[in-house]
Amino acid sequence: MNKVESLFKLDARRLLCPMPVIRTQNRIKELKAGDKLEITCTDPGALSDIPSWCRIFGHTVLSTNTVDREIFILIQVNETS
Amino acid sequence: MSATQRKAVSLISGGLDSMLATKVIMDQGVHVEGINFFTGFCVEGHTQAIRQKDKNKQKRNSALWVAEQLGIKLHIIDVIEEYKDVLINPKHGYGKNLNPCLDCKIFMVNKAQAWAWMEENQFDFIITGEVIGQRPKSQRLETMPIIARESGADDRLLRPLCAKNLPPTLPEREGWVDRNAMFDFHGRNRKPQMALAETFGFKEYSQPAGGCCFLTDKSYSNKLVDLWKARGDRDYELDDIMLLKVGRHLRPRPHYKVIVSREEGENHYLAGYKNEYISLESKSHNGPIAIIDGMANDEDLKQAATIVARYSQGRDADMVQIEIRMTDGTAKTIDVKPISPADIPSTWHV
Repeated sequence: MNKVESLFKLDARRLLCPMPVIRTQNRIKELKAGDKLEITCTDPGALSDIPSWCRIFGHTVLSTNTVDREIFILIQVNETS
Repeated sequence: MSATQRKAVSLISGGLDSMLATKVIMDQGVHVEGINFFTGFCVEGHTQAIRQKDKNKQKRNSALWVAEQLGIKLHIIDVIEEYKDVLINPKHGYGKNLNPCLDCKIFMVNKAQAWAWMEENQFDFIITGEVIGQRPKSQRLETMPIIARESGADDRLLRPLCAKNLPPTLPEREGWVDRNAMFDFHGRNRKPQMALAETFGFKEYSQPAGGCCFLTDKSYSNKLVDLWKARGDRDYELDDIMLLKVGRHLRPRPHYKVIVSREEGENHYLAGYKNEYISLESKSHNGPIAIIDGMANDEDLKQAATIVARYSQGRDADMVQIEIRMTDGTAKTIDVKPISPADIPSTWHV
């Protein structure tokens, strides 16, 4: 059976550290391996914290992109223990 | 040591002590995962994240950074709602300011053990980086058993950095950990911790100055007391306590307060609240964005406009145009003379 992988979005604008990480952590718990999650943030700390959280939990940051004051982080959800 | 690998959950604050305590237990072959609670008051670079002048300072969550250095998982839990009761009704009272440190520690250990004993987690004990005598309110010889008892963790709460100064806990009695490989640190002297950090090869670690919580800060505590007094209710939402970290706060009348940004970064931050709060901004001169907290009438808004004008580049002008934007997006512009600094009583500054 083919897995259906999807792109999900999370709006974490205006939230300050560690709320973008908490929201990411909680959202990813609801997703499955292969899914992608795009997080939009405005706290520059998220550029360090979300990739750090992904390394700890074994997820992959596919890209980070900053446009004006908005930061876009695309994550691929992996199977983790 | 038992053949079964035991599991411990460690309260990771992001500081050196919890980092060391965790490493001591990891080195004994215990599987450790970290837990960190966000109360809304944690000092996690919020001011830096907002203020433009701090934009080049390193921004990272210390607890996450510590977990990554140690190679352990870190679970960050939002406890903003539950924490209100700790702050508003602390059984053991406050410290120097509005810091309910002892109740806070009991709350966090209690939350950690509730998480740790959950069926899907199944941890055996809890670790903290507490050191007897390190903090005047919560880390004293007599508070250690209070925290263990009132949190419900009892003798499954292990403090590796000062374990030798305390009665043996269950993990020690059962041989899950070796008591002799733990420490007897006490007091405010940081040298033993720094020496231990060196033996572990920790070159970089955070050196918290003034505690880990905004509630230990006098100015912040005063703003929170002012908020409660003005509302007649000791309650708050996350936005309230975040806004206390931003801008100048002036309360010209008991029923409203003006929050005036101090620089570009704060301007951007306050602009994000335009749909929830009435906002004011100079249209004729460069200047700050301000928002109104409370129920301001037309006369109040005119007075607030003179304050905003005073902090704009038009402070010496005869007239400054101020746009007043309501939360529904409607706006009007009024001309005001900037208030003179001499006409701003010191009592307005919160």
